[in-house]
Amino acid sequence: MSRLQESLEQGEFVVTGEIGPPKGVNIEAALKDASYLKGRVVAVNVTDNQSSVMRLGSLGVCVRLLQEGYEPIFQLTCRDRNRLALQSDVLSAYILGIRNVLALTGDHPALGDHPGSKPVFDLDSVSLLVAIRSLMEGKDLAGEELDGKPSDLFPGATVTPGADPLEPQLIKMEKKIEAGAKFFQTQAVYDPKVFEKFMNQASKFGVPVLAGIVLIKSPAMARYMNENVPGVFVPDSIVKPLSEVSRKDRPKKSIELMAGLIRELKPMCQGVHIMAMGWERYVPELLDACEL
Amino acid sequence: MIVSEPKPTEEVLDSLAGVESVFILACGGCPVGCKSGGEERIAELADALSKAGKEVTGRAQIDFLCNKALVGSQLWYYLPQLRRSQGVLVVSCGIGVQAVAKMVDLPAFPANNTFSSGGMQGLWPSEERCAGCGDCILDLTGGICPITMCSKGLLNGTCGGQHDGKCEVDPERDCGWYLIYQRLKELGKLDNLKKIPPLRDYRKREVPGSQRRTTRWALEKEEIYEASLPTGTE
Repeated sequence: MSRLQESLEQGEFVVTGEIGPPKGVNIEAALKDASYLKGRVVAVNVTDNQSSVMRLGSLGVCVRLLQEGYEPIFQLTCRDRNRLALQSDVLSAYILGIRNVLALTGDHPALGDHPGSKPVFDLDSVSLLVAIRSLMEGKDLAGEELDGKPSDLFPGATVTPGADPLEPQLIKMEKKIEAGAKFFQTQAVYDPKVFEKFMNQASKFGVPVLAGIVLIKSPAMARYMNENVPGVFVPDSIVKPLSEVSRKDRPKKSIELMAGLIRELKPMCQGVHIMAMGWERYVPELLDACEL
Repeated sequence: MIVSEPKPTEEVLDSLAGVESVFILACGGCPVGCKSGGEERIAELADALSKAGKEVTGRAQIDFLCNKALVGSQLWYYLPQLRRSQGVLVVSCGIGVQAVAKMVDLPAFPANNTFSSGGMQGLWPSEERCAGCGDCILDLTGGICPITMCSKGLLNGTCGGQHDGKCEVDPERDCGWYLIYQRLKELGKLDNLKKIPPLRDYRKREVPGSQRRTTRWALEKEEIYEASLPTGTE
């Protein structure tokens, strides 16, 4: 059983982190980013060609993290692989020691750096979860028997608490649970009221939810997210204080604001998922500030 | 010609579970040519529906369901029957089902699977609306096609990229699943979104060899000549 599964089942408040693989094979910076999370998070997500930008693979970096003593969460999108490759990669991940798999549909390739590539989407987040569950039970999607089943995988999924409208998002969340999702990591949340409204509906499903936090580094980043990231809204209560301090004082201010946010979200959820986006070095300080 | 084949009767009846009164609307164009429509098929469907205990409120064949103006003007004559119906069973390609779904405030159910628009695309340029996936699920999606309307062709609802009802790929493009959600809400059929449909079978997109030997498919003049000979002539 993965440590993530164990911690969630024991009802601990769980903190997870995230690193993005580099474009190329120089892994040192990514490992340095991860080192700030060591001992402070239960598991570390590794993104899968995030934003449809071609990078070093999630699977390879997950294995490196394992070798360095971290527990990885293998992010797996449906953008680049058909059902054969997805199932095969889940099995490969398993024999390499990976247990946590986060099933995602994935961004459209048109958004990334290879915009003309063929979008696969043979499966989607829901049918990928169905596939993982099927493998865990010893059969593939074609119903063929497996020789050795990866029964202790721990599949998870994502949800956007700020989606508008929220109803189809909740219907899909329920579907992901039906398909076998055992935990959720959310899209970034900045407004506790929005999150509360979401959790009022989502808590009845009884599946642990880790609130997503993307560290806001600057007012420009907040504006960018408001304009470009669906379902994410950074309110003035965060943008304004950040814009009132000098560039040098921004990390300190950001930590203060994010810690306040986490303290407000904590009673409503089962954990937080921190996406530091290059600010991994501030994560220990942030977790100290909210006593995590 | 747009090539479609009849869905198995059990599949049609399954999709109509809970729908007690059904109007059968058939296209008098391509489906007649590929034997997935025509008077005989309409009669077969009416019979199957009656045997399953459903009321057939009426039946009509319109040439061509892909012509919006024609559908609008002809359906007018059937208003009383349509008002007594809980659903419309549409005997046509995917375009016809989508056209009917847009015209009537009733759930539309496809009676056929469309797998090719080989060469001619009907009166309504079809490829943007029907990809000929060969496994029509318009009954579940309020008559809006997720294969062509969603940039990723997803089967299980909006992805994380939906923003103000638009697609992450192009802010001017509608999110197909957002439209499906709105439509199902209007129809009181949101439960449809909770069903996990079977995986797509990409073999169904392939045009069978028999259809490739017809005059509709062949480009080479010898083949066209041979295919145009009456059956049995060598």
